[in-house]
Amino acid sequence: MRKFWAWGALIFGMLYFILPLLGMTNFSLKMRRGVYSLDAYAVVLGDPRFQATFTYSILMALATIVFGVLLVVPTAYWVRLKLPGLRPYIEFVTLLPLVIPAIVIVFGYIRLYNTSSWLPLTGSITGTNILLMFGYATLALPYMYRSVDTGLRSIDIATLTEAAQSLGAGWTTILARIILPNVLVAVLSGAFLTFAIVIGEFTMAALLNRPAFGPYMQLLGANRAYEPAALAVMSFALTWGCLGLIQLVSRFQKGAQSAT
Amino acid sequence: MSFLTLTSLQKSFGPVQVVKDFNMSIEKGEFISFLGPSGCGKTTVLRMIAGFETPSGGAITIDGRSQQNLRPNQRNIGMVFQAYALFPNMNVAENVAFGLKVAGRPKAEIDARVKEMLGLIKLDHLADRYPYQMSGGQQQRVALARALAPKPQVLLLDEPLSALDAKIRVSLREEIRQIQQQLGITTVFVTHDQEEALSISDRIVVMNAGKADQIGKPADIYNRPATRFVANFVGTLNLIEAKVVDPAANRVSIGDQGVTLREPLGNAKAGDTVSLALRPEAGSTAPDARGDTALTGEVVSSNFLGSVIRTRMKVGDSIISFDMFNSPGLVPPTVGETVTLRFTAGDLLVIRD
Amino acid sequence: MSSDSSAAPPPARAPFRLPLHWLGAAPFAIFVLLFLIMPTMRIVVGAFQTPDGSFTLDNIRGLFTTSILSAYWISIKISIASALLGCLIGFSVASAVVLGGLPKWIRGPLLTFSGVASNFAGVPLAFAFLATLGPVGLITVFLKSQLGIDLRALGFNILSFWGLTITYLFFQIPLMILIITPALDGLKREWREAAQILGATNAQYWRMVAFPILLPSFLGTLALLFANAFGAVATAIALTGSSLSIVPILLFAQIRGDVLGNPHLGYALAFGMIVVTGIANTIYIWLRARSERWLK
Repeated sequence: MRKFWAWGALIFGMLYFILPLLGMTNFSLKMRRGVYSLDAYAVVLGDPRFQATFTYSILMALATIVFGVLLVVPTAYWVRLKLPGLRPYIEFVTLLPLVIPAIVIVFGYIRLYNTSSWLPLTGSITGTNILLMFGYATLALPYMYRSVDTGLRSIDIATLTEAAQSLGAGWTTILARIILPNVLVAVLSGAFLTFAIVIGEFTMAALLNRPAFGPYMQLLGANRAYEPAALAVMSFALTWGCLGLIQLVSRFQKGAQSAT
Repeated sequence: MSFLTLTSLQKSFGPVQVVKDFNMSIEKGEFISFLGPSGCGKTTVLRMIAGFETPSGGAITIDGRSQQNLRPNQRNIGMVFQAYALFPNMNVAENVAFGLKVAGRPKAEIDARVKEMLGLIKLDHLADRYPYQMSGGQQQRVALARALAPKPQVLLLDEPLSALDAKIRVSLREEIRQIQQQLGITTVFVTHDQEEALSISDRIVVMNAGKADQIGKPADIYNRPATRFVANFVGTLNLIEAKVVDPAANRVSIGDQGVTLREPLGNAKAGDTVSLALRPEAGSTAPDARGDTALTGEVVSSNFLGSVIRTRMKVGDSIISFDMFNSPGLVPPTVGETVTLRFTAGDLLVIRD
Repeated sequence: MSSDSSAAPPPARAPFRLPLHWLGAAPFAIFVLLFLIMPTMRIVVGAFQTPDGSFTLDNIRGLFTTSILSAYWISIKISIASALLGCLIGFSVASAVVLGGLPKWIRGPLLTFSGVASNFAGVPLAFAFLATLGPVGLITVFLKSQLGIDLRALGFNILSFWGLTITYLFFQIPLMILIITPALDGLKREWREAAQILGATNAQYWRMVAFPILLPSFLGTLALLFANAFGAVATAIALTGSSLSIVPILLFAQIRGDVLGNPHLGYALAFGMIVVTGIANTIYIWLRARSERWLK
């Protein structure tokens, strides 16, 4: 009896997730009347705006990841090593982007960094791109920081640091050659998650008027029928790919650890 | 008729038989310990008594009543778990009251009983504490009070002391024994610690690979182990290999030294090897030591352990260790010295395999 | 900066070391200050300012108009509905897998899948549900042509309260599964056995032991899911355009084109969002600390 309900709950849950995926896949294949075809995908992939916005978002994602790693890894390391009393506060701050909605943060950006302010980032295209990248880094902060901090917890950074220092290594060498390789899996997990968040992000890009993939999808959704479904399938595959890669690298790490 | 009887009890998990034909009769008010290494089936027997595991064969009766079709909550048994298992969302008083509450007892009765139980474990002042605010020893006493509150017919203790510090372990086991005698409750105690079992039990069941190797009073188990396993597991007995010289006269040789045993050798033939057991405290090397039997050997090591000095000497192929009480005048043997250990022939036991 | 190899005695060097320690956290502090704290403070302060910079409560008072209040009310209702349903369904699925005796191999794929699905939000999620429950969606068409059930005639519309709620559930349920599964794992076998041997029935065990232990995690996750739905902008805009007046959509339109006719009312609107999600998250953090204390 218990098993019956258990299977029932599981099957209901599975249906809830599979039907929309099925629905969008099905819809994306029906652009040509009467037969299944990949026409919608061909149209989307051939659209120069798709290519432009998608490239833009990928570049933004990569920039965000590089910036995020450079910001988070040294900080998390330093806080663990020298400022452990600061940890609860840092942890609290890194969770704030989950509390404050993205739309509020970007609203603040627009008012704080407009053309007449002391730091007129929105005044130029480059400035706005940098601002958007900072915004993405803020959104990804909770995931990136937690991932790296967990990674650092599993290695004895104090001993590693002392060992490196006794061999004459400087801070840059310690971070780049000792700490980073040891938390690489954690950094990669954070990076893939950042990628998944940035690639489809809508609110910040739309309100800062940048030609990113998220606003493009929304625009297409408002004007077309079948192409949005094709885009949804592709995004889902992309999310699945990023999260799948996280699983893969963490499994790889487990394998490496049990092998030692 | 015994109070708690286990008859031909068996349990298999898939192809693995963990309990094989286990028989045991426990009298009302008795304190029984199941002693054995992990995986010997002692916990499985306990869990079958509690009703958490269904026996693959055999029967369990309590006070003449078969437990076969009774679920755990119908058996009126109290149980204390290794990891305390206190309900984390309830304070001490609520934990102790739980059994009475689910039985639907009136509130006044519950309050009185909780008070009585907290008095019994001397934790009246902690009634409002939550489990996470207490030490392991305190938590386990609360668990004991919780198990006893509904007045169970049998109390089961599943390694209740294993998770505690050495000091608390000793004081709590004395407390458990004292409470058990005060209430006269039939108790089954599972442990892998022989000192624990020896110190608080009326009888001990030494379990090995799903069977009872020996059932007896602590002194019997210690002094007269029935099998090699029991001899090895209980205490620090010396196991000595001896060669049968003359079975009719009970003559054997250890190394090249002849010894006459009190015990019959059974159907052993001349030239057979037998195992003999000798307790380390049975003999002495002091010049005035008495005893009808002596073994001479070379000292391999001598360790000062505080109250005793433990010396190991080599006789033939066997190492024999013996303890001497420390006294200011005693000169410990030195390594390489030849000493003679004297004891009574009756202290040498023949061990069956 | 004094180098470590300088021969100065320790007492003289100590005052210089402390600030150096803190410098290591400076880049992070500056970043967070500039791109998280100050923008948010700008909104909070702006909510209490007139255009010329003096203090006022008029903006907050301005929120209490029928249209804005109803936007908050719909937002809160959708968030509560999707959080509550997400919790209940997610809990059922998680407990089915952890306690229901289902095969062990289901667990890994379910958690992986939940990780993906809880991150599959935003614009594409809206498209997926339009393609499924929209006017010509998979289920809509199937029900109409095969079973003769016309969802539209029954009053269902994907661009509505329930449409949005059902769509949000797609990321709410997996999030619940991800958070509650460890809590269910934390229910020790001994608690159930201790309750049983003390005479409790299965129902009594659930009512008196398991449920109270899970309650903080349950309520905490409820608060988190609430905040999660309340701040979601992209899904709502892509799904409904501007046809459903919820707070994030209203704020989006206000930032784009000052539809309220008062820039500072926008600050107040955003401030209200911070207050609501802030309260929800405070509840979450508080309850979570409580359940962790129990289970440690």
